[in-house]
Amino acid sequence: MQTDLLAILIPLLPLIGFIINGMGFRHVPKGLVGILGTLGPLVSFACSLLLFTGFGGQTIKVPLFDWITVGHLNIPFAFQIDQLSLIMLLIVTGVGSLIHIYSIGYMKHDEGYGKFMAFLNLFLFFMLLLVMGSNYVIMFIGWEGVGLCSYLLIGFWNKNTSYNNAARKAFVMNRIGDLGFLLGIFMIMGAFGSVEYTEVFEQAAGFPIGDATVVAITMLLFVGAMGKSAQIPLYTWLPDAMAGPTPVSALIHAATMVTAGIYMVVRSNVLYTLSPVTLEIIGGIAIATALLAASIGLVQNDIKKVLAYSTVSQLGYMFLGLSVMGYTAGMFHVMTHAFFKALLFLGAGSVIHAVADEQDIRKMGGLRKYLPITYWTFLIATIAIAGIPPFAGFFSKDEILMHAYQHNKLLWVLGVIGSAMTSFYMFRLLFLTFFGRFRGSEHTREHLHESPATMTVPLVVLAVLSIIGGFFNVPEALGGEARLAEFLNPIFNLSRRVRPSAFGETLLTHSEEYMLMGISTAVAIVSAIAAYVMYVQRVSLPEADTVERPVVQKVLYNKYYVDELYETIIVKPVRGLGDTFYSFGEFIIDGIVTGTGWLVQQASGQLRRLQTGSIGFYVFAMVVSIAAILCLRFFVRF
Amino acid sequence: MLSLLIFIPLIGSLGVVLLPASMKSRYKWITLICCSLELLLCGAAYSAFDPTQSGYQLLERADWITLPLGSLGVVSIDYLVGVDGISLPLVLLSGVVMLVGAVSSWKIDARQKAYHALYLLLTSTVIGCFVALDFFLFFLFFEFMLLPMYFLIGLWGGPRREYASIKFFLYTLAGSVLILLVMIGLYLSVMDPVETALRVGLIQDRSEATDEVIRQVQFLLSEYKIPSNLLVHTFDLRHMAKGGNYLPDSFLSVAGEVMLMGIPSRLLAFLCVFLGFAVKLPVVPLHTWLPDAHVEAPTPVSVVLAGVLLKIGGYGFLRIGWGLFPDGAAEYALLLAGLGVLSIVYGGFNALAQVDLKKMIAYSSVSHMGFVLLGIASLTSEGINGAVYQMASHGVLSAMLFLITGVIYDRTHDRRIDHYRGLAGAMPGYTALTAIAFFASLGLPGFSGFIGELFTLMGSFQSIWLPGWMTAVATLGIILAAAYFLWTLQRMFFGTLWFRPEAAGQLTDLDGRERLMLVPLAVLALLLGIFPNLLFDLTNSTVADWIQRFSIE
Repeated sequence: MQTDLLAILIPLLPLIGFIINGMGFRHVPKGLVGILGTLGPLVSFACSLLLFTGFGGQTIKVPLFDWITVGHLNIPFAFQIDQLSLIMLLIVTGVGSLIHIYSIGYMKHDEGYGKFMAFLNLFLFFMLLLVMGSNYVIMFIGWEGVGLCSYLLIGFWNKNTSYNNAARKAFVMNRIGDLGFLLGIFMIMGAFGSVEYTEVFEQAAGFPIGDATVVAITMLLFVGAMGKSAQIPLYTWLPDAMAGPTPVSALIHAATMVTAGIYMVVRSNVLYTLSPVTLEIIGGIAIATALLAASIGLVQNDIKKVLAYSTVSQLGYMFLGLSVMGYTAGMFHVMTHAFFKALLFLGAGSVIHAVADEQDIRKMGGLRKYLPITYWTFLIATIAIAGIPPFAGFFSKDEILMHAYQHNKLLWVLGVIGSAMTSFYMFRLLFLTFFGRFRGSEHTREHLHESPATMTVPLVVLAVLSIIGGFFNVPEALGGEARLAEFLNPIFNLSRRVRPSAFGETLLTHSEEYMLMGISTAVAIVSAIAAYVMYVQRVSLPEADTVERPVVQKVLYNKYYVDELYETIIVKPVRGLGDTFYSFGEFIIDGIVTGTGWLVQQASGQLRRLQTGSIGFYVFAMVVSIAAILCLRFFVRF
Repeated sequence: MLSLLIFIPLIGSLGVVLLPASMKSRYKWITLICCSLELLLCGAAYSAFDPTQSGYQLLERADWITLPLGSLGVVSIDYLVGVDGISLPLVLLSGVVMLVGAVSSWKIDARQKAYHALYLLLTSTVIGCFVALDFFLFFLFFEFMLLPMYFLIGLWGGPRREYASIKFFLYTLAGSVLILLVMIGLYLSVMDPVETALRVGLIQDRSEATDEVIRQVQFLLSEYKIPSNLLVHTFDLRHMAKGGNYLPDSFLSVAGEVMLMGIPSRLLAFLCVFLGFAVKLPVVPLHTWLPDAHVEAPTPVSVVLAGVLLKIGGYGFLRIGWGLFPDGAAEYALLLAGLGVLSIVYGGFNALAQVDLKKMIAYSSVSHMGFVLLGIASLTSEGINGAVYQMASHGVLSAMLFLITGVIYDRTHDRRIDHYRGLAGAMPGYTALTAIAFFASLGLPGFSGFIGELFTLMGSFQSIWLPGWMTAVATLGIILAAAYFLWTLQRMFFGTLWFRPEAAGQLTDLDGRERLMLVPLAVLALLLGIFPNLLFDLTNSTVADWIQRFSIE
């Protein structure tokens, strides 16, 4: 009973926050807006903690009401509380609460403050539906709902056309993925007659490995994940999504929403385990995405764009982990990434706040002494993401790479290359922003200031988490107990049953593991040093946009011209087709219609002449007609 | 009760005609009161309806025309009304939309007497269409609806109103000629088992007509043992839906041996019915009257046209096309679904190309009604439940969308999308409701549009008659919807405030009357989206019954 209540409260509280702030955002006083907006998430977090501590290992289902009953299909509206949803709940409400608090400081002076808090709350509600739902349809509701909030928040400053374009692009591109997801759900219904996780997976466990239906389902679901979690080819919306206010980038486009794809795959792990083909394809896409995004990140000059490409790249790593059956490793990276990437974005927000909304790192520099808290926390996050021990990112990334190594050495090599790039672009960002001397205008320099406590406290909390986050799952080789793995273990019971071989004990000896860890750490440190040499010692600055760049750099700087490519091969033809259909198709159809009308008019004009009034002619016509009818009877019986 | 639904507006209409012109200001009140009463009665019908039963309920019957024609048998036309799970949601929808339309008519100033009389007449015929269970009665309402509609567009419309109204009239009339042919064919082929039993002498009173008696009559019929002068022909749709009542060797006998131009006549009849209703639905390529009619029609008429009249196409096709010719529906499932998908995609592309807000919404209607056809063509319980759901949902949402167009048109007499920018700054309330309507229409979960699209698509995907790629192509329509709605939202409402200079000072936010229309519709869309069982509970058992009958045949 108490569990039920907690489970219902968790998504309900942010929803109430949304309704109050959303309906009356013109009337609620500013001070209250922040309190109302953050109270919901905080209490939800407390409820999640209570749920977590009271969790006995048994999956709990919380039925709310009978949602849809059509024919033989019954879709209940219910929540499922198990190890996986608990972890996600803690991440979403925990990081979510911190970012809500941060937003009080960041958005307070914006005229749409109340609206902003309301949208954030609404996002949290949908995200919680996504992770708590007990079936695919509820997941889909959350899935599209977070897409809506993403749209609303990217285009939050809707006076700016390019922001609106970014918002629309995000929504439409996500929709393309969503349709894959939707078709996947249809196939699940067809194959299993239900969409409830428990029933679907129980039945799926009876399917043979590589079953064509399961392969198709997993592929379609993954198309959904491509959209939401920004994988090739549906990734270009995420860098553009940085148009939204920075807390949005941190919450939606780094810590939570974009990891929904990983959650979905882990949730459906039985299906994916049954379909090694899909996993191979995911692996290919994931590593390609990780490398592509990291390489673009090397030369970007917008502080948020660098972080955005980094997010795309890290999401690639998470999928890489999943594709080599490192489900726990993937989830582990979701968690640590939520800590350090949220921290990086919030840090970037603090910087942007200080330098009067400038985002170009060429106009920053030397901020270390003006923004000490921001600097230290940013440094911690950078070390964490670069994969330098003992910070959080090291453990999770290392686990992914280790699984990759076991599966396919090439994937591991590519993964290490990506990790070198990660370390380089992150330290480049750090050095250009915080080291050297300030390159902005004198006026801005005078106003440089550390952010208020509502903003720095979340930074510090996240920094602590970025330091210790890795210890939740220290591998055995380092004397740890792999607690997260142990906790999540029951989630994979069915997977283990259908393909025991894939879950066998690790084949790597401890010394091999040490070697792998050593290599990836060394690579990260070397890259960091290279960045230090380039940007601190030699003080080389990225060129202004007007300078002609060498070809490779130009291609990278312009993001491989993928946006231009999509514009030419998809957007323009679709528009063109619309115009063609309208001007040409409608013209022809209408032409036929009016043509018929004209014909009838003409014909009746001719026929009218038959009305001569001469009885003799009428009689003649009658006789001819009767004869014709009689003749016709020979051919047609009526 | 259902008769009251038909006659209250009719009496109201008469009242408007008879009231002297000096009481001009009362006309709109009469309309409003009649439509409110209608909604109340709809609510009463809803509570009196037992959703667990699959048959027709709330039946009311009166002998209307009985004409013995010697060897041709007896003509029997009844006044017969009733509802089942398929028609009741649409009756409820009509109740809501007609009331909203009445409120929206508040601002009509020209020729009020004629307008309100015609509007009430339209209300009466619309309801009549949904509740009539006698084909003749149905056809009467179906045809009679054209008259008020023709004048409402032709007299109160925009600059090209005459062209639009005559186009609408002729298009629909051409369609109904086909339906008329089928109606006559059916009439000649079907007997009324109860009346026939009475005349043959098997029973003395109608109340004695048990299933046993009916089976006996049907047996006699199949053995040619009933002399033709004793046969009572009927227009009763309930009798037409039962294969046993068809005369052997008749034109449309269920055995289907009669061929016409090399095609079994039953299939031909099915196609005729389909074409007749396809005009109304509308189905591409029979849709070109719709954008013209909408663009020219005044706002309330657009609301009623999109909100209710299009549904009569879908309803008629379900009731008569699928109900009487399930064999045809199965035979042509692929063709119908193909046309449905064509409508979805073609309508979507056209909507993308529009610069006139109202035309954009008109084409989005074409696209959304394509889902209805796709759902029906799937012949699955998900698809058909979904199709009825989609009709109800689209009724609510399209009413909302056309009201939204009306709001801006009332203020500036300009509907061009590119003549506005950044309206969010000047009209925040209007922007919020528009955004809600747009998102609901593009199928966002939580709103009714999502459920309708989800279930029609699911049905078509599940259907054994249709290939899976068809559903995949249909989903393109959903992406297109996102594209054209969001693009419009962005172009008109976002950015820095700008509009054609003439509009200055007129861009005031929604007034109370406009809110009164839009907010309840938004709430309804939300309610249906969150609790879809409100509607599915009504349709479920009827559809299940139909599906079962269908799979037996």
